[in-house]
Amino acid sequence: MDSRYAVYVSISLLLIVYLCIGCSTQAATVNVSAGAGLTDAISEINVLYKQGRPDVSVIANFAAAGTLQQQIENGAPADVFISPSPKHMDMLQAKHLIIENTRRDLLRNKVVLIIPGDSTLRITGFKDLTGDMVKKVAIGDPESVPVGMYAQEIFIEYGIMDALKSRLVLAGTVRQVLQYVESSNVDAGVVFMTDAKTSTDVQIVANAPDDINNKVVYPVAVIDTGKDRAAAVDYEEFLLGSQAGSVFEKYGFSVIAH
Amino acid sequence: MMETYLSPLWISLSTVFTATVITFFTGIAAARWMARYHGRMRDFIDGILILPLVLPPTVVGLGLLMLFGKHGAIGQMLLMFGATVVFSWPATVITATVVAFPLMYMNARGAFEQVDISMENAARTLGASEWRIFWSVTLPLAWPGVAAGAVLAFARALGEFGATLMLAGYIPGKTATIPVAIYFAVQDGDMNQALILVLIVLFIVFASLGALAYFKSKTYKVVTV
Repeated sequence: MDSRYAVYVSISLLLIVYLCIGCSTQAATVNVSAGAGLTDAISEINVLYKQGRPDVSVIANFAAAGTLQQQIENGAPADVFISPSPKHMDMLQAKHLIIENTRRDLLRNKVVLIIPGDSTLRITGFKDLTGDMVKKVAIGDPESVPVGMYAQEIFIEYGIMDALKSRLVLAGTVRQVLQYVESSNVDAGVVFMTDAKTSTDVQIVANAPDDINNKVVYPVAVIDTGKDRAAAVDYEEFLLGSQAGSVFEKYGFSVIAH
Repeated sequence: MMETYLSPLWISLSTVFTATVITFFTGIAAARWMARYHGRMRDFIDGILILPLVLPPTVVGLGLLMLFGKHGAIGQMLLMFGATVVFSWPATVITATVVAFPLMYMNARGAFEQVDISMENAARTLGASEWRIFWSVTLPLAWPGVAAGAVLAFARALGEFGATLMLAGYIPGKTATIPVAIYFAVQDGDMNQALILVLIVLFIVFASLGALAYFKSKTYKVVTV
């Protein structure tokens, strides 16, 4: 055997060993998986959380709830999961991946219809989306993005789903829907109220019907396969506390009292 | 149910076919010109033409989005004619063409540079026009490299994902090419659909590699006759 070959093999083995050491020697770590729309609020809360516990590191992972659910099912590191839809939490619960008695309803939100700030189209309600001038409407991918699922329910309730089908651009997260509308590359989009408020380049033109908005509940739970359960429970308690609550409210969420 | 597998296949094939035809001719034209150009700007132009191959697809996607978006230079020009490119089928063709072009160009240029210039000069002494020299002497001699470039460009166009998602978005039945459809099938946890689409891609790729082998063997015969 070539001696150079042996050198390559030993270097790669050494790298692998280093990688393994790197991923196992962490002190207390909380991996938070949260819906993309929670990016700003959770990032701010994590700063507050770490002020009280400097030795704990919090790693946040933001994506569509369906994506996060897939990641957790496939064994991605996750200790706490916050989903904008009970459905994705239910699916993890059915697979016994969350600790049931840690599940709490954390937040409420509203679903809104937005159009670009400089739009000249007359869109004042969901039914206007079927008009001839409307070419493209962005919603989240209904299977994996909760706000896309709610959008689909709204369209079905108004009986405009079939008419809109060929106009729908499906985005991977709620923030992507927002970006599509901000950049005027679509004529309208369906996002949460809290996402719409983060942008000055969009206008809110309609609210979802109450029966849809009443369903928009964000459950939180500790993941069963997480490494550090005590740290995860402590983090969840912080989320339910008043300090985190005021941050959530600042971003427009309604906090559910416990 | 068949429709969910067939529509990405159809979108991918029509996109890739169109993109390969465009890159085939533009790539050959650019390669032929660059193979004979020795000016000061040579390295710079060469770099620009290869850029989409070197850049991450997301960078290409962002660049195209800024160009073709509603506020972009080309986007605003098209808007005057009432046309929008972003989130439409032509957007899949544009991204596939841009990322596939460097492969066609590089392979063709390499092949043209290998062609013995005395062959072309011999044709010139016989009074052949430059156009005829290109089609009857240069291109046949360079054909293996040109064909390889076309197949690689085809494969790269077929595999294009990042820039396509950014410029064309995910519209099932309209812009959802096979790679984009696979991505969303996995996001949605629909593994069956993802695996069937993967099998379709494997089939297309093996078929195109077979085509590459066939074209190469065939043309060597033509050249030696």
